[in-house]
Amino acid sequence: MHNENQSLIFEISKAGRVGYSLPELDVPELDVSSILPKQLIRTEDAELPEVSELDIMRHYTALSNRNHGVDTGFYPLGSCTMKYNPKINEAVARFPGFARIHPLQDESTVQGALEVAYDLQEHLAEITGMPQVTLQPAAGAHGEWTALMMIRAFHEANGDTQRTKVLVPDSAHGTNPASATVAGFDTVTVKSNDNGLVDLEDLKAKVGPDTAALMLTNPNTLGLFEEEILEMAKVVHGVGGKLYYDGANLNAVMSKARPGDMGFDAVHLNLHKTFTGPHGGGGPGSGPVGVTEELAAFMPKPVITKVDDRFVLNYDVPQSIGRVKPYYGNFGIYLRAYTYIRSMGPDGLKAVTEYAVLNANYMMRRLEPYFDLPYTQHCKHEFVLSGRRQKKLGVRTLDMAKRLLDFGYHPPTIYFPLNVEEGMMIEPTETESKETLDNFIEAMIQIAKEVDENPEIVQEAPHTTVIGRLDETKAARKPVLRYTKEA
Amino acid sequence: MKHRYLPMTEQDQKDMLETIGVSSIDELFSDIPEAVRFTGEYKIKPAKSETSLLKELGRLAAKNSNAQDYASFLGAGVYDHYRPIIVDHVISRSEFYTAYTPYQPEISQGELQAIFEFQTMICELTGMELANSSMYDGGTSLAEAGTLAAGHTRRKKLLVSSTVHAESQAVVQSYADGQSIEVVTIPHTDGVTCVEKLKELIDDETAAVLVQYPNFFGQVEDLQVMGDIAHANGALFVVSANPLALGVLTPPGALGADITVGDAQPFGIAESFGGPHCGYFAVTKKLMRKVPGRLVGETTDDQGRRGYVLTLQAREQHIRRDKATSNICSNQALNALAASVAMTALGKEGVKEIAYQNIAKTAYARQAFEKAGFDVKFGPAHFNEIVVDLKSPIKEVNKRLLGQGIIGGYDLSLVDANLANHALIAVTEQRTKEEIDAFVQELEAIHA
Repeated sequence: MHNENQSLIFEISKAGRVGYSLPELDVPELDVSSILPKQLIRTEDAELPEVSELDIMRHYTALSNRNHGVDTGFYPLGSCTMKYNPKINEAVARFPGFARIHPLQDESTVQGALEVAYDLQEHLAEITGMPQVTLQPAAGAHGEWTALMMIRAFHEANGDTQRTKVLVPDSAHGTNPASATVAGFDTVTVKSNDNGLVDLEDLKAKVGPDTAALMLTNPNTLGLFEEEILEMAKVVHGVGGKLYYDGANLNAVMSKARPGDMGFDAVHLNLHKTFTGPHGGGGPGSGPVGVTEELAAFMPKPVITKVDDRFVLNYDVPQSIGRVKPYYGNFGIYLRAYTYIRSMGPDGLKAVTEYAVLNANYMMRRLEPYFDLPYTQHCKHEFVLSGRRQKKLGVRTLDMAKRLLDFGYHPPTIYFPLNVEEGMMIEPTETESKETLDNFIEAMIQIAKEVDENPEIVQEAPHTTVIGRLDETKAARKPVLRYTKEA
Repeated sequence: MKHRYLPMTEQDQKDMLETIGVSSIDELFSDIPEAVRFTGEYKIKPAKSETSLLKELGRLAAKNSNAQDYASFLGAGVYDHYRPIIVDHVISRSEFYTAYTPYQPEISQGELQAIFEFQTMICELTGMELANSSMYDGGTSLAEAGTLAAGHTRRKKLLVSSTVHAESQAVVQSYADGQSIEVVTIPHTDGVTCVEKLKELIDDETAAVLVQYPNFFGQVEDLQVMGDIAHANGALFVVSANPLALGVLTPPGALGADITVGDAQPFGIAESFGGPHCGYFAVTKKLMRKVPGRLVGETTDDQGRRGYVLTLQAREQHIRRDKATSNICSNQALNALAASVAMTALGKEGVKEIAYQNIAKTAYARQAFEKAGFDVKFGPAHFNEIVVDLKSPIKEVNKRLLGQGIIGGYDLSLVDANLANHALIAVTEQRTKEEIDAFVQELEAIHA
């Protein structure tokens, strides 16, 4: 990696160069103004780059060299499950029989694709313990909203229009309250107790006849299992509310506990996390939703089902909340997830969870002497350290995260969840070896020592990256959101 | 167990358990109450080796009729376009596809700069002042444009043209339901939005007018007229545009659009049975702080070097939680990258050429249909789709075409009972004159 500015593609553009190859037009030339009104014919060109094919490859290769992915190095980003992305998934997604099929083809011409979708639904139903699954939502947050809309439709169908509140623990992902708002609910925050779990008394005080649902991540974002889950379910169900499972952390409990058995009514999964999506630099994702039979009547349509030996798209869902997305979800992503599940089998998925949890606990115990650990019980797939001790010495968690970059690591999730001061949320995943974990642990220990002995080196980090800390205030104050050619 | 994705050895496991101070992995799960403990084994299919799984999935893929083996005239929102070979090479670089959202800018400059370039290209094509880093797809982008408009104007009604893709209309309706926003459909006459009806329906409760360009029937509608009506009533004007068509069509930004959305699938993104594609979302400057999703901005580092960061994050769910402008978190970054590469490869000249070829080939097909005695509905102002009366039920027609190696058009009776026997036929630059001629001949033969 070299440190010069990387030119924008627009800056290497030169009039007269092309990077495409279209066939010669084999039909008669057309005067566009003979069919389109003058005002609808473009007069000013879109200033797209003019570059050769090699220019393009060099440009994007240079950009890729300025990017860190799981294949580059360890990526212990908490709550994001940055596990290895299997290459067979990529190969399968590119089969022409999957990549080059149109969503509006006749059902009879896409039986193979519908079979994948149907079989995946069956697999996810078994994994979550929820009888019905829809693959339509495009991502986790989209799944949250979809499920909340179904819960809303359920209550409304019962004449329960006064259920306007969705309860969300203070440790929840930001998408939970945001999705509640988009689904038309008000959010009520439930406190955590001293053990980092939902405060049952606070929950009891806040539920009532206006409760539509409680959204819960289990294990929660501290990586701790909500041990009182059955009691919580009883409390919420007792007032007529529904229980919603944020499946972001499913990697922690596969084959150990199923949301359906814990009393949840609706579940979303992040196939790009637990089931090796991949993340793609921020997406695309896939966020299927599993529900109880009671809520199934409200699923988005079409529902993919099997009639005799045929796979069909069923649009006859009278109480459906409607469509949440054109077509049938992010097929290309859930196809990858399906390939992964089929590569692992039941033993494999069980081992995934066991090793994910083993790795997290091992790291937690080895790092415990050097950093504050606010919650000391066994963790699940991730744990949260606090940088309180270092902060007293003038070094913030942000500084330590930036220092990790110098060691070639992606830092943990920082300052989340919000109920841990100077939090560092570490999720190793099961695909990392003990050697990788040990090396990272050594780096963390060294940073802790640097904080004691030579804090400047941490405060001024990173030192080895292609660029230093960026001025985010400037970016927000005077937003430059696109390239403009200098006059 | 041994598996190629799981590096743990028995010795590793033993050593690690010892460090933790427990005697078995099971102990680490002791916090899960007995009553909810899953003790069995998932009843799912057993694991398959790489080779046998490839074989099995290859067999399933082979059951689907695909655009590589068939000449496809099916469009209706998803198109078979030229996909420059380099697109797949770039998005296969795992520094891109195995990365998360670029929250650590020092080691994510590649992704951030790629998004910044994507935002710029979308602005150039749409004529808008700024664009975000992507949305799930065209349908949800349009829906979020509707809810943005309702929030911005504090009004609770959306007027949506009946010439907007039916599935996008359905998504707009679902999002509107969530926020108790009323959706009213504007009827169409002769395949375009009825301006008279728009004038009748619009009022001071209308947050936005939503139209599609070119519309679902392939017609290019006169945006300016409708934009003016929207603005005269204090409503926003939202246009869902096919970005590839903008190589030849006047950009919505020059015709009064406040928000332009759409799907970048025509640029280098596989049809993939309807997803993942790539929504885009572009606005005028005054709406900058209302935009959903991630925005990348330019800034400098401590040494004055140019760099890129996620910015204006106070709009987003991870900061604002229930007060965020949207709940969107994951977007379609990798597909935005694919679209960027395709837009770059086509470039300034190619995007005009490809759009022109679509129009020219569709005009040729139109003439061929007319010559063969088929009625082509609606006016001549089309982009790459036309509505043709095939005089027989489309489902049957398409079945016969399939036997001739052709994927036929979209059966319009599925969205409009008045359009029985009518197909929406897409002719992209991928279709050769030979294929178009053969297609028309087959239809003639079916009809004869």
